Amino acid sequence: MNNIFKIISFISLGLTIVPSFLVFSGSITADLCKTLMFVGTVVWFVTAPKWMNKKEEVEV
Amino acid sequence: MSQENNLVKKLEAVNEYEREPIPQHKLKSWKSFVGTYAGEHTAGTEFVLGPLFVAHGASAIDLVTGLLVGNILAVLSWAFLTGKAATKTRHTLYFQLEKIAGSRFTMIYNLVNAVAFCFLAGAMITVAATAVGIPFDMAMPALNDTLPTSIGFVLTVFVVGAITTVIAMFGFNQVVKFANIAAPWMIMIFVAAAVAVLPRLGIHSISDFWPVAKETIWSGVPLEGNTKFTFWHIMFFAWFCNMAMHIGMADMSILRYAKKWTAGFATSTGVFLGHYVAWIASGILYSLFLLESDNSLVFAPGPIAYEAVGIAGAVCVIIAGWTTANPTLYRAGLAIQSINPKWKTWKVTLFVGLITTIAACFPALMMQLLDFVALYGLVLMPLGAVIFMDIFLLPKMGMRSNFAEVNKSAFNPAVGITWLVTLVFCVGLNLFGEIEIFFLGLPGWFVAVIVYLISSKLVQRNYKEVPSPTVVHKSRKTVPIS
Repeated sequence: MNNIFKIISFISLGLTIVPSFLVFSGSITADLCKTLMFVGTVVWFVTAPKWMNKKEEVEV
Repeated sequence: MSQENNLVKKLEAVNEYEREPIPQHKLKSWKSFVGTYAGEHTAGTEFVLGPLFVAHGASAIDLVTGLLVGNILAVLSWAFLTGKAATKTRHTLYFQLEKIAGSRFTMIYNLVNAVAFCFLAGAMITVAATAVGIPFDMAMPALNDTLPTSIGFVLTVFVVGAITTVIAMFGFNQVVKFANIAAPWMIMIFVAAAVAVLPRLGIHSISDFWPVAKETIWSGVPLEGNTKFTFWHIMFFAWFCNMAMHIGMADMSILRYAKKWTAGFATSTGVFLGHYVAWIASGILYSLFLLESDNSLVFAPGPIAYEAVGIAGAVCVIIAGWTTANPTLYRAGLAIQSINPKWKTWKVTLFVGLITTIAACFPALMMQLLDFVALYGLVLMPLGAVIFMDIFLLPKMGMRSNFAEVNKSAFNPAVGITWLVTLVFCVGLNLFGEIEIFFLGLPGWFVAVIVYLISSKLVQRNYKEVPSPTVVHKSRKTVPIS
């Protein structure tokens, strides 16, 4: 289950950075970029806490 | 009622080992510090500091090279000074200083330190509030504002301050978790914001970047009323902007949890992402803002980030403010709590959070952040030199470390003399030598070292060692480093 959350988290992280390069290359509009980055942000903060910090807790 | 009792019990169970070494089973791997430092230094301050280089007319080449050298020196300072001291003693700066300088001296130091931390955290709460206030059409502060600008601004600051304080009340682990989660996302937003606005600056391909960077973003011409920054300004700025944390040893409170001193190198994530990538990114954003607003005096990181990448940018400013304010409030809480160890950490943090939030209502705190950071780093630096020398050099020179503790004294005059002479020397260089504040740390550190060694020799010359259970006590407290 953790791996699924991890994959979704990394995709959401990509969603926060990739659209800006697409704006830079003229492939998408700035407004679409803002929407995609917002979606990426929401998904990151929903999924990242499901797997981040867990390993550290086990180590300690 | 039962829930309320559980909350109080949970808060009172928070043990941060303020007056004892961190036990072996509580030590953290270097990975913990990667997240902590990346979160802490990719922060709200970056939205203020990055534009400084634009305003001070840094040239693009000076910026790129100056930040590189300065950041490397900062990482080395964290590892070889703070990391070494923290993992040898496993104490907070405050407890270690009490052993060296005595409780009376430490009380004064702690008060100065706590006030400084409150102001720094307050500035970060102000930064976050500029983003929170966007949907409410809050009147944003300008560069020359000093007093609260509106009721809406004050209310927004109080909401942000309350949330920040509650997170800090739950202790170091909560701060680490929060920073770990936010850090990777935050640096993505910083980079994305800068990249997304490049076309608006006239950059449509990678080959366009350097010419525009040289001519438009970091043109080498300072804004009116600002001094010109050279390579040396930028290098020393990057090295010393966290002087209180590394050379000043404040981060002993954080790095004492490290398994090895080399965890100090984990700060490289913070400085190279935060004090390199993020400063460049926020410089680009500010440069665009100046161009499009016809050099407006309004200075509000929230709307600048929102204009670039929408809601994600505004949320980034809020989170960035939090991840700086949280550990800073935690440190301020430790500083105050060490005055009276019987005070509960969470209650102290609550009090500190209230003072900080009130301070955050004054925009002057954010607008004068650079001068303030420089000043407080300089003020705390001599004590960092004292701690390092006391731990590593004094025993080799036949003198006693932790002299106040072994001499059962509330005040070690050697430390007081060192602090006073160093600060007088630095003020003298500033006033009469006209040397800018960011250049004073380096000569000041050497002066502090020399004065402390000489004054310790004088103070300890009549000291006769008597057998004491302290030796047994110390060895019991020593934590082996794996």
